[in-house]
Amino acid sequence: MTTTTPDSFSSAPPEIVKKGPVAWARKNLFSDWFNSTLTVVIGLVLGLGGYRLLTWAFSQAEWIVIPNNIGLFMTGTYPDELYWRIWVMLAVMCTLAGLSWGILARNLPTLFSRNVLIGIGVVCAFFVLFPPTRPSSKILLPMVAIVAAAAWVGRVAGKAKPGLGKWISLGWGLSYLLAIWLVGGSIGLESVSTNDWGGLVLTLIAAVSGIALCFPLGLIMALGRRSSLPVVKWLATAYIEVVRGVPLVAFLFMGQVMIPLFLPEGARPDRVLRAIIALALFSAAYLAENVRAGLQAIPRGQQEAAMSMGMSTPLTLVLIILPQALKIAIPAIVGQFISLFQDTTLLAIVGLAELLGIGRSVLANPTYLGRYAEVYLFLGVIYWIFCYSMSLGSRKVEEMLNTDL
Amino acid sequence: MVSQSDQKTPFSLKALLRDERFWKIAFQVITVLVVVLLFAFFIGNLNRNLTQQGNAFGFSFLVNPAGFSIGESAVQYQPQDPYWKALLVGLSNTVTLVIAGILFTTLLGVAAGIASFSQNWLLYKLSRVYVGLVRNIPLLLQLFFWYFAIYGALPRPEDQIELLNLFYLNNRGVYVPWPSTAALALTGLASIAIGIALGLFLWNWRTKIRVETATGGDAQLYAVGGLAVIVLLIVCFGLNWQAPQGVEGGGVTGGLRLSREYVAALSALVFYTSAFVAEIVRAGIQSVSKGQWEAARSLGIPAGTAMQLVVFPQAMRVIIPPMNSEYMNLTKNSSLAFAVAFPEMYSIATTTYNQTGRPVEVFVVLMATYLAMCLLITVLMNQLNRAVQFKER
Repeated sequence: MTTTTPDSFSSAPPEIVKKGPVAWARKNLFSDWFNSTLTVVIGLVLGLGGYRLLTWAFSQAEWIVIPNNIGLFMTGTYPDELYWRIWVMLAVMCTLAGLSWGILARNLPTLFSRNVLIGIGVVCAFFVLFPPTRPSSKILLPMVAIVAAAAWVGRVAGKAKPGLGKWISLGWGLSYLLAIWLVGGSIGLESVSTNDWGGLVLTLIAAVSGIALCFPLGLIMALGRRSSLPVVKWLATAYIEVVRGVPLVAFLFMGQVMIPLFLPEGARPDRVLRAIIALALFSAAYLAENVRAGLQAIPRGQQEAAMSMGMSTPLTLVLIILPQALKIAIPAIVGQFISLFQDTTLLAIVGLAELLGIGRSVLANPTYLGRYAEVYLFLGVIYWIFCYSMSLGSRKVEEMLNTDL
Repeated sequence: MVSQSDQKTPFSLKALLRDERFWKIAFQVITVLVVVLLFAFFIGNLNRNLTQQGNAFGFSFLVNPAGFSIGESAVQYQPQDPYWKALLVGLSNTVTLVIAGILFTTLLGVAAGIASFSQNWLLYKLSRVYVGLVRNIPLLLQLFFWYFAIYGALPRPEDQIELLNLFYLNNRGVYVPWPSTAALALTGLASIAIGIALGLFLWNWRTKIRVETATGGDAQLYAVGGLAVIVLLIVCFGLNWQAPQGVEGGGVTGGLRLSREYVAALSALVFYTSAFVAEIVRAGIQSVSKGQWEAARSLGIPAGTAMQLVVFPQAMRVIIPPMNSEYMNLTKNSSLAFAVAFPEMYSIATTTYNQTGRPVEVFVVLMATYLAMCLLITVLMNQLNRAVQFKER
């Protein structure tokens, strides 16, 4: 405690702010007896837990289960001789990612700044050194090169033609169709049954398709619930409330059983498609509520102004209301997408071999009996990376679209 | 004016097509038509497919004997009991899971939310890392991790872990002390509930007296203290607590066995949902303006008390509505417990479907049950919400 007398108040020099780890620890960890006790207790628990975890990870855990089955984790039982299609798909994605990066970063002074170069170096080193990716590093390293080259091309092209961003969005849309074609085959390619789709590829396909389907549906439901037409409003409300009251497992499982019952014989979609439909129908109800919150945040004056300019209702919606409402709703919408991504794990329960499902079948192999912690930790890291980068991306988009000063 | 325009407007298609009122009606009619046709198509197919399978729609199968046994149940059940009784067992298991889940989630979530405002750097980081980690990993994966990797790694019954002579842990479950009979357990719960209600009443009475007269209220204070002692005595000595006893060569007798499935499902649900609750609590506390906090502190109220008496009650207004949806999420997510073979509602419903081949009826029962549970939570939370809202005149 420092004591200040009234007359020293004006003349005393400012209190010296102590720096250094000791002062920092005193302020943040040991400010009073309660904090000190808390620090010691938490520190002990964390230290003990961390020590146990490390000894387990380096002496007891048998990590060999991961590199031995990395192919299964990534693509499931996809036939070996058709593996090149997955690589082509990855190459297309890398090109697009590089182009987008280059175009977005066209106004930065240098594309390959020191930090970016270090990042690329770390990624390459990781691919070479990390046991699961080491065998495929001959293919993965060129992929990194593709990203870098595409980024350079994108930067040059983006500087020459400013309106290129739209085409990149179109490119991503087309690449989805291309990916489905490459993975599934049919027209011109040997077709691969959906039973052989699996692993991370199936998880990503299910998540992206689910998102692509549930977004328009959720938008329509939200607009319907806010509509002034009573019939539309009732129908949309009933749908949203009923779906939100049912657990997703029930929805998925019964989707597998009931969608075939609702359709005539011969017109029954296959298992993966049924699961994606159920996932999208489910998420649409939640998404509708997020969009509705965004719609409610738009002041009535916006609509009235558009109307008094003589715009029709659809035009007002598309040009005035939705752009503002969706911008407000972005964090909630991305949150919903993240939970849809997490919900794809439930496909494992209805018997599809997505990432978690393939993890369970690896664990059912007697060779890897009891290696639960290793496999589930590995899967957890993969899911965490995807979900965390989605929420990071949403924060970036929010910043970009923020028009407030 | 009006009559003039009304009189001589010849019908013209062009005018009609430009009339917004016409389109409003036409759009609704079209929507209804599409929905009705779609439903007719679906239900027609459903009827045809069901009659082909020889299972006409109806709930009469519910009184047939179920014929399957259920691992654990809160109510009496035998395999020859009818399906509705089996479903009731599933419901009771779900309810025990959900109630315990809501209780622990609230405690852990609120603690983690408040911890993110702690001045202790370690506690603050712990809370942030917990939220960032748990929210980004799917619940089902976490459930498998708890069930297989954590509780599955406990030793076998032969070399079970013993804590304080009161708790036993092995890979079949967790054993805790419990009142010797169910009736006594209920008595204990009831006396706690009555005690809390009476205590709150007395406390409010005391507050009212102290607000009006700025003094007195000692009698009520002593009454609250006495009540607490009585309830504590009843709970400690009146319930005939039975601690689990380790048996030579493995296994446990007495006490209450919480199966590994139940404990794993409870842990996963609580840890997952608490991370979301923590974020809600954090947002709620942040929504209280800083001036409130500063005013309380400048009146000399200590930080903990200021949080408890000034900031938190105001944050409750923002916290309660989203908590409702988190509790509903927990209720619905409890259905995932079936993935580790805990016999809850959804699991029993699936077994029923597998045995009877009646997907539609089972789905209707399932949907109605979860809707009813969610509705009940909403009603209760709305009551709570009304209690914490601003009282303006």
